Parts: sequence; C-alpha cells; structure tokens
Amino acid sequence: MERFDARRWDEKKRIGYSRKVLQYFLHPKNVGEMENPSVTAKAGSPACGDMIKLYLKIENDRITDAKFRSYGCAANIATASVLTEMIKGKTVEEAKKIKFRDIVEELGGLPQIKYHCAVLAAEGLKQALAKWDVIQGRRKIDEKFVKLILAAVIDPLTGESVLKGDKYRGCKIEGKKVKIMLNIPKDSLEAEAFEEQIREAFEGLDVDLEIEFVES
Amino acid sequence: MVIYLDNANTTKPDPEVIKVMLEYLQEKYGIPGGEFGHIFDEEAREAVEEARERIAKRINASPDEIIFVSDETEADNLAIKGIAWSKEKGKVLTSKIERKAILNTVRRLKDWGFDTYEVSVDREGFINLEDLQSNLEDAILFATHLGNFEIGTIQDIKAIYEIVHDKDALLYLDANHAFGKVKIDVKKLDVDLMSITSHLIHGPKGIAALYIRDGIKLKPLFDGDVREKGIRPGMINVPAIAGFGKAVELINYDDSKRMARLRDKLIDLLLSIPDTKLNGPRGDKRLPDNVNVSFAYVEGESILLHCDLRGLVFSTGSACYSQELLPSHVIRAIGGSFEDAHGSVRLSLSKWTTEDEIVKAYEIIRNVVEKLREISIYGGKK
Repeated sequence: MERFDARRWDEKKRIGYSRKVLQYFLHPKNVGEMENPSVTAKAGSPACGDMIKLYLKIENDRITDAKFRSYGCAANIATASVLTEMIKGKTVEEAKKIKFRDIVEELGGLPQIKYHCAVLAAEGLKQALAKWDVIQGRRKIDEKFVKLILAAVIDPLTGESVLKGDKYRGCKIEGKKVKIMLNIPKDSLEAEAFEEQIREAFEGLDVDLEIEFVES
Repeated sequence: MVIYLDNANTTKPDPEVIKVMLEYLQEKYGIPGGEFGHIFDEEAREAVEEARERIAKRINASPDEIIFVSDETEADNLAIKGIAWSKEKGKVLTSKIERKAILNTVRRLKDWGFDTYEVSVDREGFINLEDLQSNLEDAILFATHLGNFEIGTIQDIKAIYEIVHDKDALLYLDANHAFGKVKIDVKKLDVDLMSITSHLIHGPKGIAALYIRDGIKLKPLFDGDVREKGIRPGMINVPAIAGFGKAVELINYDDSKRMARLRDKLIDLLLSIPDTKLNGPRGDKRLPDNVNVSFAYVEGESILLHCDLRGLVFSTGSACYSQELLPSHVIRAIGGSFEDAHGSVRLSLSKWTTEDEIVKAYEIIRNVVEKLREISIYGGKK
C-alpha cells in the first residue's frame, strides 16, 4: 500500500529526509506511555507544532526502558523514537553525554531546517535526567536547574526557547517554593502556553511552583 | 496513480493547451512586432491578441484593459506598487488573509513611507466591513481577493466596492483562485484592477493577466520598451499566452457545479473523523474546489508525508511545512489556535477529480490521522 520502500529509497531525490528518518517516522519504535515511570519529561509545546514527552524507567542507575509520545512533524517523531532506542541500556551518566548532533548522526542526517527537532529531543532527555538526579537527592533545585527546564519551553510565536531574549527575568527558590518570573504580559496568548509548558515540565517533582507574569 | 488534490497550488495543463503551445514553441516562434512586422511577428501578434480578446471577453472587459505579466506575484506587485507610485502618497489597505505576495508588497510600501493597514476578517474569513470602512481615511487602494486561496471564502465584493469607492479609493482584486470556477464580470464587480492566472485553470505556468480599468493610471515596475503599452515592457511569452488563451476557452462552469458537489461530499466525510473542524464557510460562499479542515492532536506535515507515501497529495498550514517555520496566517487570522493551523490541511479539487478519488482520499486521511493520533501526546484525546 505504501510507496515507501526502504531498500529502493533514493536519498537525494526527495524532501531531504533520510531513509532512516522515514523508517522511524512510518514505523516508530517505543511509542506509548509507561506504567510507573521513574521519570518523565516534556519538551516543546503544541503551539509551536513540536512537542515530545519521554518516559524513562531507571533501575540501578541504568535506563531499562524508554517510551515516547509526540506531537509534530516527521522529524519530531523520528528524533524522539530514535532517542529512546539510543538510551535503552545506557547508564544515566552515559545518557547524559548524548548531544543533539548524536541524534542527527544516528538518523543519517536531518534537513538543516529540522535540526531544532533533534535539539528538542536532546533537551527533553537532559531535562529527564536532571529531574532524576533531583528525585534521587543528588541535585538540588537551583537557578541552573530551572534554566535547564526552561531551555525546552518554547515561545509559539518565535519557535525559540523562553530563555532567548529578555523574556526570562529570574527565579526565586526557597525550600520547596520555586518562583519563575517572566517578562510576558499576563493576559497575552503566549502566557498561557508558557505556563502550561512550565507546569508540565516540573511534573513529578516535589515543588511548589509559581509563575509570575508582568501586568499588561 | 497518485490522487492529486493540490489544485489550488497548481493544476495539470490540459492536453489541448499543450497542443496549442507546442505550435508556438516549435514552428511559430516569433514575438509580436510592430505594424509592419514580418510573417513571424504577425503570427505571434495574432496569437497574443486572440488570447487577449478571449480573456477580456471571459471577464467582460475590453482587450485594451488586459496586460500580460509573468505570474500572479508580478500582477500583485504591478497593481499595488504601480498605483501607489502613481498617486505618490496615501494609504494602502489590504486584509490579514491575503497571499504573501500581496501582504509583503503592502509591507514594502510601508517601508517606503506609505500608510498601510491590514483589515481584519471574521471567523469564516469574510472581510470585516466596519473595520474596512473606519480605516479608509486618505486611502488610495484596497487590495484584496475574490476567493481566498487557503480557506475558499468568496468575498462580498459588492459591499466592499461600495465602501471603497465611496471614499474614492481604488479596488484591486486578486481573482486568481476564483477565476475559472466562479463567473466574473468586472463591470458588475465594479473593480478597478484584477489579476487572473493561467496555471490554476489548467493553463501553463509563467503567465497571468492584470485587468486595468480604462482610465486608471499606474507606473510600471520595469522600464523598457513599449510592449504591453509600456506598463509591462519586456519579452512577450507567446507560447504561454497562447496556452493561457486556450485554457480560458476551455473554462466550463458545469465543472464548478460538479466540483462543488464533490467538495461538499469530501467536507462531510472528513468531518466524520472525530475532533475535526472546517475552516472557512460552507455552500455558495466557498470556492467550489476548496476543502480546508483542521485535525486536532496531529500535525499537518506528518499527515502530508504519510499520505504522499500512500499516493495522495495536498497541502497544509502547519509551520513545520513552511520555509519560514510559521503557522498559516490565514487560520490564525480567522481566530484559529496555533494547533488549528498546524493541524490544518487544504485539499483542492480540479475538473478531473472523481468521486472515487474523493472517497479514497478520505479513507487514506482517516487512516493516517488515526495512526498519528496513536503516537500523539494526547493519544487522540485531550
């Protein structure tokens, strides 16, 4: 039924997606949710058309299972799926070393315009592993951690991280209380998208989260 | 066979069009000359003037009012910049849901010191007449469309020209997507300038026509010879013009009726997929070839690629598919969310589209959307 034939795919002929990207797109591995995951992470937003959620099972500091769900283009689905394959069986420390370029390479390349999908997948992983360290008590929630989470929070109007430009004003952390301050008008369209993304990103952590926008 | 439902992007040339063009590519390869031209000049001139007459007649214009240009983008630029330069100052208005060529031409005029304004539209894509009326102070031109390229909305031109002409501004109409499907009479529409293109009516690419009402002055974009009355100097694309003329001759409004019936069938079938919504109006106010729906929880480029690999092609308003990575400005302007834009697909029919193709297209899309919703974060529900 499908015209795609992996053996006869002409890499140069069409749209710039490699054979491997198309294979992962058409037949993605590790799709779905996980019961009792050790940690989850969400990167991107539906507003920018690019979002992934990762579910990791970690036992004795080794990733024993990984699953994903996605909302996005072919590159988004393929990067998330191949990432789950790449990290299965790796220790947390090994997985931390994975950069977005490794994902691109694993897929046999990506069109330049789609690199951000691999960046998003790498940020999602980084976030998940940092959260794991917090859950394990090996890492405390500080501004560096908050920024790591915010790196994967995307402005739907620009497709860039909320950390780009002067949208991020700073954060205050006292015990469990985490207050993130953004230079974004309270009742703007983006405010809602940012709030939803940030709250979801902190999911699973024992924090009392507050997000402060500026008055419109 | 691939099911081609991207006819609002471009159409397949009619074999009769190609036959006419071949004659002017192979044998009659001259270009129109002056009054005392030789036989090659003369054959080319006859072909061009015959096409001009045919096109003029089809829109109830005079042949003197038709200028050939290379495509609709050039027509937009010539009409909008040409009028602005000729008036030297004033305000140029357009709407938020025009094609990029119109929006960016108007934005360029803003850089050059003209006042500009983008009129809002309602949820079905109809021009907000109050917004138009209250922003017409010092206006010289309102540039808009007859049928929307993306969501198919057919504007109420009578209401628009009454408001625009009441303020002594001119009206430029992009009729490219409506031409050939909707009967057009420039006298009845009372329009001052209008563009129609060949490649959307089974004619060749690289040719379009700009109607300029008798007596309207505009400055040319290019300087050159006196071809096309000096308004559009330069090479005359004779084979394309001959093909365009043939394509206009082949227009048959019975095709539109059939297309409209198939359009409605496809809309109903697609809306039977859960969490799907129609973009643009229904019925007579919609271009007969246009279907545009948004699927929740999934993204357009993914849908497109899956369908392409299964032998069905169309287009999407998703940011992932655009070169600028921006979601459809049309879906956003009618009040759609970012997700509505990313999940939107446009399927456009032609006179050759069959009922069988419509049903097959629906089956493929339904299957693909279901498959992608299984991968989706929302798992098909929110």
